[in-house]
Amino acid sequence: MISITINGVTHELDVAPEMPLLWAIRDVVGLTGTKFGCGVAECGCCTVHLDGNAVRSCSTSCAQAHGKNVTTIDAAAHYGEHKTIVQKLQQAWIAEQVPQCGYCQSGQIMQAAALLAKTPRPSDEQIRTVMAGNICRCGAYQRIQAAIKRAAGMMA
Amino acid sequence: MITFDRATFLKVTGTGGVGLALGASLPGVATATGPAAVFSPNAYITITPDGLVTVQVSKSEMGQGVMTGLPMTIAEELDYPYEKLRIEQSPAGPAYYDPVMKSQQTHGSSTTPDMTIPMRQMGAAARMMLVAAAAQKWGVPVSSLVTKGDGYVYHPPSGRSASYGELALLAALQPVPKDVQLKPAAQFHTIGQRKKRVDVPLKVDGRAKYGMDVKLPGMLYASVQKPPVFGGKVVGYDPTEALKVKGVKKVVQIKSGVAVLADNTWSAMQGRYKLKVRYDDGPWADLSTSRIFDEAEKLAQRPGAVAKSTGDVEAALKRSDVKVVTATYRGPYLAHQTMEPVNATAWVHDGIVEIWAPTQHQTPSQEAASKITGIPLDKIKLTTMFLGGGFGRKGETDTVEDAVEASMKAGVPVKVVYSREDDVQHDYYRSANTTIFSGAVDPSGKIVAYKLHNVNTSQFKRALPFTMAKTGVDPSLAGAIDTVYDLPNLHAEYTYHDLPVPTGFWRAPSTNWNSFAVEVFIDELAHAAGKDPYEFRRLNIKDPRALRALDAAAEKAGWGKPLPPGVFRGIAITMLNKSIAANVVEASFKGKEINVHRVVVATDVGMVINPDIVEAQAISAVNFGLSAAMTGKITIEKGRVVQNNFYDVPVLRHNQAPPIEVVIMPSGPTAFGTGEHCTSAIAPALVNAYFAATGKRIRTLPMIDNMATA
Repeated sequence: MISITINGVTHELDVAPEMPLLWAIRDVVGLTGTKFGCGVAECGCCTVHLDGNAVRSCSTSCAQAHGKNVTTIDAAAHYGEHKTIVQKLQQAWIAEQVPQCGYCQSGQIMQAAALLAKTPRPSDEQIRTVMAGNICRCGAYQRIQAAIKRAAGMMA
Repeated sequence: MITFDRATFLKVTGTGGVGLALGASLPGVATATGPAAVFSPNAYITITPDGLVTVQVSKSEMGQGVMTGLPMTIAEELDYPYEKLRIEQSPAGPAYYDPVMKSQQTHGSSTTPDMTIPMRQMGAAARMMLVAAAAQKWGVPVSSLVTKGDGYVYHPPSGRSASYGELALLAALQPVPKDVQLKPAAQFHTIGQRKKRVDVPLKVDGRAKYGMDVKLPGMLYASVQKPPVFGGKVVGYDPTEALKVKGVKKVVQIKSGVAVLADNTWSAMQGRYKLKVRYDDGPWADLSTSRIFDEAEKLAQRPGAVAKSTGDVEAALKRSDVKVVTATYRGPYLAHQTMEPVNATAWVHDGIVEIWAPTQHQTPSQEAASKITGIPLDKIKLTTMFLGGGFGRKGETDTVEDAVEASMKAGVPVKVVYSREDDVQHDYYRSANTTIFSGAVDPSGKIVAYKLHNVNTSQFKRALPFTMAKTGVDPSLAGAIDTVYDLPNLHAEYTYHDLPVPTGFWRAPSTNWNSFAVEVFIDELAHAAGKDPYEFRRLNIKDPRALRALDAAAEKAGWGKPLPPGVFRGIAITMLNKSIAANVVEASFKGKEINVHRVVVATDVGMVINPDIVEAQAISAVNFGLSAAMTGKITIEKGRVVQNNFYDVPVLRHNQAPPIEVVIMPSGPTAFGTGEHCTSAIAPALVNAYFAATGKRIRTLPMIDNMATA
């Protein structure tokens, strides 16, 4: 049995240890905020926090997550060490009207939260570098950048 | 002006249940539940006595903002606060057919032009009925009543007022007005405002439900192995190893391939990789990109179907006082690469079909399901989920067909999910294109000859064959013929390239290729004429709106003003239907490195409904066009797609995204589409900047394959 705590709830999962965490979260536990985009850690849609760090859940096995705390977008504003940052980011995302199709935005926000947790006031270059792993096919990058800066500015 | 007959004002009935199996009640976007006592003057507006105004959105939300833009136009004429509307994704059915297409579909930047006036008329008609109800209730003339945009009817002489909710049941008894008067623009309180999008809050915390997120009791997840070679077919398979994978439940053959069904997506994919499938590769197993372009070039040398011929091009080309330019442009296949890989869920049971899909094409999906199952169209229920990107890809019905067929065979609900590799290798691609241009400029810099021959595998031949049946001409060629320029001597030919690679509609279908070829060629003519590329365009543009947009972009960009060393400008303009975009780009180039420093885009979409969405779509489309310009390509070897995933068919990333300044140029009383047209001018603008920087002309996309290495 794999044991993973997701958004504060511990799940005992009868899954293959090599199953990617993404599919345990989505199909087994049933939390669908975390998205499947590429399956090979190229696009960032599936980003979650594993013990507070941003990881690509499509390329993190359930075995690697065993005994650890996972936070997903579904509850990241309420659970986990970055919940205050996530709240600010969500407000900024709404203020800047960032999402278009919105499919990548769960991953964008989870990645941005990890960025701000380590670098509360990132430079434009730091934002561009850290967020480069999260593809947005609608091309909302310019507004993502603005929203991250807005969120950073709000967190004095 | 579209006028309504009684049939258009259908009541919403019996729409409950379709979305309930999902168990998802989405604030702001719940599925219609059809309360009993309502004022529902048409299929789009419902007002209940408690004052709740519900608006149905018949079009698919893929990020372009229809769920916001269409309700805004209703709110305007209903004279009701947009922020208080309850906005729902409508069911799929005849009541929600696009009035122009006579089908429920979202494509071609048609939502705004097709729907704005009907939506406004429905809002206005509902308001008139509410006012008539108040007149009856108080025994006063209609002319003595006013509305003020807050959802009340006022009788100023007596100081009385009543909310729309209070009037709803009486309004339902009023005759539907035959003629409705729309507001003059000067009275707008909602149209033209930067209203917040209704779907945004759902998209920041994982609540938005996409097709990928559908989960039904007893549902199996399916991964489908399809023949890798275009035109190939499955001749046999061995499911033994696949069935040994934990979670795999069934393997069924369907028309498109072999489907592995499991209790989770990953197991379905793992099982599918263990399948042993035998194929007949068919007649195209040696097809390659180089062969395709070689053939296209030969086809372009032969006479094609004449798309348009005006004046006397040949005589103009032979004039002694002109400069003649001839050039060949080539564009690759392009994949859509929506962030949400294509998928669909279907459940065939008890004489009905239920479908949940992130689809741009509700009616064609229903028709496809009906054809497969033999179940009549009115028993095919379809729930439109949010689309994680569309760009034309999700107008195809392939995954719906797979899911319906797999559900029929497996006897359970089935969700078909494409892997990213499936999505890249089994797309309906923007066709490869070859265009040979010849043209001439006279000493004054006027274009006196404009001649082209385009060769591609038009998607129209497959998707809408009637559009090509008579002429043999790809309707997309309009993007190269009906341009913004004054072209007195024009001759355009088209040849269909018969290939097995499936082609489809890709963002800005008629211009995403044609504007590239046209605008690079225009730049070449400008160079031959010894003219500045901006001034040359000014001299030759005939469309006043286009000239205005070009000037706006050039002015904002500071065309002609000094730039930092190593930075160069390019300019281009495009028109899709009636929507116009003019781009100026500033970029530097080092070897194969492209650095875009700044993009200015002037966009004219006629009447602006929501400037924030117009701006977002302009930025989105420019970024989308940049991906294609710089690195976008799908290549074919041994009859199959070479590329796999984002690592070998890269798209623009955050660190490459330039600052983009959008200048909105409102014009006229008619609203045109805004989601696509800005895609098409960035590639030529960037290639023209490369020429300014290097003196070298790139005529084949993507740029990265055709730049000097040093």
